Amino acid sequence: MSSASAPAARPSLALASLQRRRLTNWLMLGLIVLALAVSLVPLVAVLAYAIVNGLPGLSATLFTRLPRPVDVGAGGMANSMVGSLVIVAIAALLGTALGIAGGIYLAEYGHGKLAFLVRFFADVLSGVPSIAIGLFVYVLLVVPMHSFSALAGAVALAILMLPLVVRTSEEMLKLVPGSLREAGVALGVPRWRVVLSVLLPAAASGIITGTLLAVARIAGETAPLLFTAFGNEFWQRSLVKPIDAVPLRLFKYAIGPYDAWHTLAQSAALVLILFVLLLSIGARYYAGRNRLQRQ
Amino acid sequence: MAQATGAREKLTRSGSGNGERLFRGVVTAAALLVLLIVAGLGVDLVWESRQSIARFGLGFLSSQRWDPVHQRFGALPYIFGTIVTSLIAIALALFIGVGAALCLSEIAPERLQTPLATLVELLAAIPSVVYGLWGIFVLAPCLRTTVEPFLHNTLGFIPLFSGPQIGIGLLAGGVILAIMILPTVAAISRDVIRAVPREQREAAYALGATRWEVISGVVLPYARSGILGAAILGLGRALGETIAVTMVIGGRPQITHSLFSLGYTIAAVIANEFTEATYQLYLSSLFELGLILLLITMILNVCARLLVWRITRGSPGTVTV
Repeated sequence: MSSASAPAARPSLALASLQRRRLTNWLMLGLIVLALAVSLVPLVAVLAYAIVNGLPGLSATLFTRLPRPVDVGAGGMANSMVGSLVIVAIAALLGTALGIAGGIYLAEYGHGKLAFLVRFFADVLSGVPSIAIGLFVYVLLVVPMHSFSALAGAVALAILMLPLVVRTSEEMLKLVPGSLREAGVALGVPRWRVVLSVLLPAAASGIITGTLLAVARIAGETAPLLFTAFGNEFWQRSLVKPIDAVPLRLFKYAIGPYDAWHTLAQSAALVLILFVLLLSIGARYYAGRNRLQRQ
Repeated sequence: MAQATGAREKLTRSGSGNGERLFRGVVTAAALLVLLIVAGLGVDLVWESRQSIARFGLGFLSSQRWDPVHQRFGALPYIFGTIVTSLIAIALALFIGVGAALCLSEIAPERLQTPLATLVELLAAIPSVVYGLWGIFVLAPCLRTTVEPFLHNTLGFIPLFSGPQIGIGLLAGGVILAIMILPTVAAISRDVIRAVPREQREAAYALGATRWEVISGVVLPYARSGILGAAILGLGRALGETIAVTMVIGGRPQITHSLFSLGYTIAAVIANEFTEATYQLYLSSLFELGLILLLITMILNVCARLLVWRITRGSPGTVTV
């Protein structure tokens, strides 16, 4: 294609260089495709591992029994599952309410320096190691209350999800067309009513997606629960006493010495993965469907 | 637009009653909570580690001795383990992550881009503790029987790849971390690569450049600072990641030349020893480790956010990292 413009004296050189460029091109493109393939390997490997090893041990007793000593026969982790649900539910409530409120501030009232700081530190907070948040909540709640508790665990997880919810709510509210706001205000509706009855419903699907993704992320967290929820071998009715959670039990069983524990850990891993993946795939599907409807 | 906004402000201000004031107060308080938490985190960790800071001073950072029985605490082996595992992670994840991002935005057919990107992002959804479990029972044996002997036989003359091959250890920790930060690096890289203006690419194609020449000559240089930001964010996540590393690192505080040997990280020692710390100075030293971790990750995060923000104009990106 470039033979016309190439110097006529050195056609072979131009040809060789073109061939070399083509070769480099295919080689590098191959490597790039390979990179994507390699990055999908761990997902497949971990899923396959959890399914192959976790499925055989997946029985009703896992969901109905308490943990038992190894030599007494198959135990379960019913208390851990209930504990996890309690902790995650409280965390989701706290994180969602505060996060959406923060997002409303940033989207509707946040113009000045304060808003910049909040936005910036929300992003910084989302990068803080979860174990540091565990330490913080230990000082904040566990020490004053003289006990590990579901409440402390929930607060730690809520802090983890807060920046995610704040930032998604803000982005989603900003996507709502300005004409909707102005229409509301033009009708003489106070601004807060416009936000609550017009903007929030309009942005709801995006906010719900973001929140579900955040819940999916915290549901599998272990590190912040170590010194807040702590773990428990038995049922716990109180919110201010140590409580078990699936990731905590999974951690304990995985590093323990018994084969029976490892089997339980693998089944628990499968349950945890399914829960988390269903939440995050569900969230994405929900988002996709709503986007289609709007179009 | 500015006029409309101004008019709106005025309208709402004149029409604001108690409800408006209350609502505004509540949402402002929620936003302030974010700042309070960050400030509280810093203040609390400094306050709780005061004993250790007063007792050991800067020597805490340079001492290799972690001896609860004799009340001597030094952080160096943990800092070493944290940095080594994180560097392995970022070295692996950067190339693969940027490659995957390039493939997703420059090569893959349009219809496949979103589903494939979702699959990569799902890696971030798998809980840390599950990665740890997989690391113990699949990755570590695989490293012990295949990867480490291979590295030892081919590159064994380099001290990094010498010594006994046990599977768990620094290398296992680094590989697990690489997998865990891969989605972060890939997703942010994809965002900044997509922010490269179309005209830039088209101009290069019009000059007769091959696809790789467009990528290497136009796309990558344009996205360079954003990719650097992605790498730093990934590094920040790797430094603070706790459970999976705790499970495969081996738990021995030592400074060695071999990547095959056992190690320990800051986050891992906090996770393992915090609830067993029996006296105040011990606890305080663990808090100081947490403080070190917080400072490093915060500094990295501030730098990375500024870099990425400049390119994507303040949007938090497609993945919630």
